[in-house]
Amino acid sequence: MTSQSSRIIPIVLTLLSYTIIGLLIVLPVALILHEALRQGLHTAFETLKDPEARSAIRLTACVTAIVTVINTAGGIAAAWTLTKYDFRGARLLVSLIELPISVSPVIAGLVWLLLFGRQGWWGNWLGHHGLHIAFAVPGIVLATLFVTFPYVARTLMPYMEQQGRAAEEAAFLFGAGFWKTLIHVTLPDAGWALLSGVLLTTARAMGEFGAVAVISGHIPGVTETMPLHIETLYNGYQSVAAFAMAALLVLVAMTTVLIRMFLERSFRKQHP
Amino acid sequence: MKPLTVTGLRYFPRRRQTLPGFSLSLGLTLLWTGLLVVLPLTALLLRPWQHGIGPMLHALHDARMYAALRVSFICAFLAVLIDLPIGLLLAWTLVRYRPPGHRAVDALIDLPFAIPTAVTGIALATLYGPGGWIGAPAGKLGLKLAFSPAGIVIALTFIGLPFIVRSVEPVLRSFPKDVEEAAFLLGASGWQRFCRILLPALAPPLLSGAGLAFARGIGEYGSVIFIAGNQPFHSEVTPLLIVMRLQEFNYDGATSIALILLVTALLCLVAVSHLRRSVSSGLVREDSA
Repeated sequence: MTSQSSRIIPIVLTLLSYTIIGLLIVLPVALILHEALRQGLHTAFETLKDPEARSAIRLTACVTAIVTVINTAGGIAAAWTLTKYDFRGARLLVSLIELPISVSPVIAGLVWLLLFGRQGWWGNWLGHHGLHIAFAVPGIVLATLFVTFPYVARTLMPYMEQQGRAAEEAAFLFGAGFWKTLIHVTLPDAGWALLSGVLLTTARAMGEFGAVAVISGHIPGVTETMPLHIETLYNGYQSVAAFAMAALLVLVAMTTVLIRMFLERSFRKQHP
Repeated sequence: MKPLTVTGLRYFPRRRQTLPGFSLSLGLTLLWTGLLVVLPLTALLLRPWQHGIGPMLHALHDARMYAALRVSFICAFLAVLIDLPIGLLLAWTLVRYRPPGHRAVDALIDLPFAIPTAVTGIALATLYGPGGWIGAPAGKLGLKLAFSPAGIVIALTFIGLPFIVRSVEPVLRSFPKDVEEAAFLLGASGWQRFCRILLPALAPPLLSGAGLAFARGIGEYGSVIFIAGNQPFHSEVTPLLIVMRLQEFNYDGATSIALILLVTALLCLVAVSHLRRSVSSGLVREDSA
């Protein structure tokens, strides 16, 4: 395989891929940072201190935390159930858990409106009792829960499947209970996969736009998360403020991508 | 982003579980899935029929909905067509050549999936807009990229790329070297080896990546609406039409469109997984990586 062309082709293809990556992915990211810093770093930071911006950051942090905790717990339970036991309907359960991935984010918001909106099944009744879910924070949490539902389970399952059940069965024979086995035997071993899934959930929860846009009601300072606030700023021609907040989200997204890559690489080195 | 296959799950009638805690963990899982997925989707399935068959029939006669579905489907399809060769090229370069900086490129490929869609939306709208870094020179050539269906294709190409690369990469990595070596020793040229040996093996993961990217594309909202222009019948995508119907407080209309969109997306995924099975060459186990 040492003809003339076999040395040139790799170089041409590599240059071509780097050009494509540069144009398609690097350029938009560079543009976000450029637009955010157009009036200097100081102005960019100032726009993030605006009361509405701060409220959006707080709301996003709060929603992300709640969603990550719930979906991590559910994801662990699902992955454990599906990989450590044999039961009827397991395949159906896997498809149900994966279903939210193929549902449009707008639909993910809509379904909660059908339950808790003013024209929804239970919205009016709950509203009379002082419980507001649609156009309020609980609705945002529910929409985000739906959108980020499968990630922890999906990252954990292939790994826990590969683990087998021997370690758990041994722990059980030596007298460890259910919780002890889960916390001291299964999870430490699956730690990197768990962390990777949790990071993915966090990243997606922080950035969810469509589902939240449908159910939040867009009230600045109250039900506006960071992505929604970016839309408001952008449509109000406050470009620097919009891109400053966008840059903040991009930096967090890049960090999660890097950590996940590092986790997966160190795992691959341990288990070649 | 490849679909997950849990190979060990089989049906064992009346077998006692060896590990304790089965009912507890199954209960938790069912509660979590039931409340967060099954309950809301049941509402979506039942709602269009709540006031009789009327709203659904009304939705099915809505020309604007067909236009929106056409825009969504054509743009998502074109984006996948663009993503397939690009994704294959990127996966190939990363796995086979490992050029300097391939780790950075590997990380960059995940960014479209990790960056919030609204952020992608405003970035692409500015970049390809009339005064943007790419939009301005393209405008001089007479190309209108943003605020037209071309903008939708650009946004969906960006969104779909990681799905293709991440489906192909593991299969390419675990492809048995000896098969290619044998072909080489038998006198096959580089191009022949690629077309006759690699491409058939890569077809199933390419297809499943394409299916995922397409399903994601027709439902995409945040990255599209800023760059699309959103003119009804021309550059309005289906998810946006759902939002418009909701803003008119037309829940029945919105739900009917949503149901049609969801069913088509699921049918596409089922079709792709069948197609994938029928073109599978058996050389590479996809779930091995």
